[in-house]
Amino acid sequence: MSYRVRIALKAAVWIGSLWPLGVLVRAFMSDDLGANPIEYVTRTLGLTALVLILTSLGMTPLRALFGWSWPIQLRRLLGLLAFFYVCLHFAVWIGIDHFFAWRRMWEDVLKRPFITVGMLALLLLIPLAATSTSGMIKRLGGANWRLLHKLVYVIGTLGVLHFLWLAKKGRTTPFYFAIALAVVLGVRAWDWGRKKLARRAGPTTEPSPPLGERAG
Amino acid sequence: MLVKRDSERKLRGEDIPHREITDHGVYLNRRAFMTGAAALTLAPWGREASAQGNLQPLQAAKNPAYQVQDALTPYKSVTTYNNFYEFGTDKGDPAAHGASLKTRPWTVQVDGLCAKPKTFDIEELLKFPLEDRVYRLRCVEAWSMIIPWIGFPLSALLKRVEPTGQAKYVEFTTLVNPGMFPGQKRGLFGFSLDWPYTEGLRLDEAMHPLTLVTVGLYGQVLPNPNGAPIRVIVPWKYGFKSAKSLVHMRLTAEEPKTSWNKAAANEYGFYSNVNPQVSHPRWSQATERRIGELRRRDTLMFNGYADQVASLYTGMDLKKFY
Repeated sequence: MSYRVRIALKAAVWIGSLWPLGVLVRAFMSDDLGANPIEYVTRTLGLTALVLILTSLGMTPLRALFGWSWPIQLRRLLGLLAFFYVCLHFAVWIGIDHFFAWRRMWEDVLKRPFITVGMLALLLLIPLAATSTSGMIKRLGGANWRLLHKLVYVIGTLGVLHFLWLAKKGRTTPFYFAIALAVVLGVRAWDWGRKKLARRAGPTTEPSPPLGERAG
Repeated sequence: MLVKRDSERKLRGEDIPHREITDHGVYLNRRAFMTGAAALTLAPWGREASAQGNLQPLQAAKNPAYQVQDALTPYKSVTTYNNFYEFGTDKGDPAAHGASLKTRPWTVQVDGLCAKPKTFDIEELLKFPLEDRVYRLRCVEAWSMIIPWIGFPLSALLKRVEPTGQAKYVEFTTLVNPGMFPGQKRGLFGFSLDWPYTEGLRLDEAMHPLTLVTVGLYGQVLPNPNGAPIRVIVPWKYGFKSAKSLVHMRLTAEEPKTSWNKAAANEYGFYSNVNPQVSHPRWSQATERRIGELRRRDTLMFNGYADQVASLYTGMDLKKFY
């Protein structure tokens, strides 16, 4: 893929991802955040974070399904933008919703399963964001780094649980997210199974690929 | 004795020098002025309300015994942010789809264990002596509002049908009509509430002077999103207990099945009194966000109506009967 196309794609991700934040800022300026602005802002930030996490999880399956490898290059950016929204979501919860009532928040983290899993997802995102640079990939070594970043499957699942458990009966949006998660994880599982079968059948039909290339 | 009388005076606010008390009308006008909507109009909320469509004004006498002194929640918030699953599960749905509800003709059947069951036409119900009362409203989702309702005590209506000695509860039923209530159509995942929406009160709760058959708010008939044309308001209980768009009230000997209790019994009990000490299983009820305010407030026992209603529950374990 040419340099220009890559830049254009990344610019599109930046614009698309920051769009919801822009909408919020604009609504804030024009006092148009609705009757319960804090709830609306918290919900929008959380929703955007979850969309971005699931989108980043959806890049690899595109290669498995269609053989496209260019989406892989967007994973890091999508992941970091998701982390950015999670941080904003968390900051609003602490600083505006609960106004630094630490004891009460800590009780909620311990007692309310939806907050427990949300908090866990946030904590797990930190090492991933911290090791997102090319330098860190080199320092950890490719294999370790890939293993660490498998945590994103756990984070995506915790994020969807967070949404499912906070929603009241009758709300359908969380189920769309659960379906999306099932699809992106399901394609991976199918692809993994397919490759494993191919590898087992491999030696009889064609020579095994060199070890170094397998890890891809 | 003197001390007690003094504290009573304080409770009523009689110790506050008169010059420091803003006349309610002046106060409301000032609020209207600040929102830039009705600086010159004498009707405190007329302009703001009529901006939402031409709703019929209602004449009601202010009942001074039931006037919460906190700032009123703006009309726009009251009528655009609430739960009414018949219109959809989002808090914006009642305002978005409210127009599909037709409130005439409308009747309310009152029957069950009573001597004189009767079906009331809505026009007949609007002829009860109407009162203006400002109540706190506390949603089970931990947000709250201050709303000027118009209505009359439910006891006045129930006395007309003469409940028998066996009557121990009242069941309230909301209209079922998927054409008017899009939320009653079967959804994609098929699991909203069971229709009709039903709620219930113990007879002594229903007869309590605070329990209001409600036909209006902010000086006008009820807007559709808020449960037009007639609902009940039980201000010391979570909002979902105050059933909307009622077509039926039935006096029963057995505790009625209620919609949210059927949907999630561990989360929504029959009583559902506002109680900061009893958490919802998924969130705390200790604090609430008053719509329009930045900081959370502490939630009050029985939503601030403990003096009037605590005696209804003497000896009951409120953790068990949540």
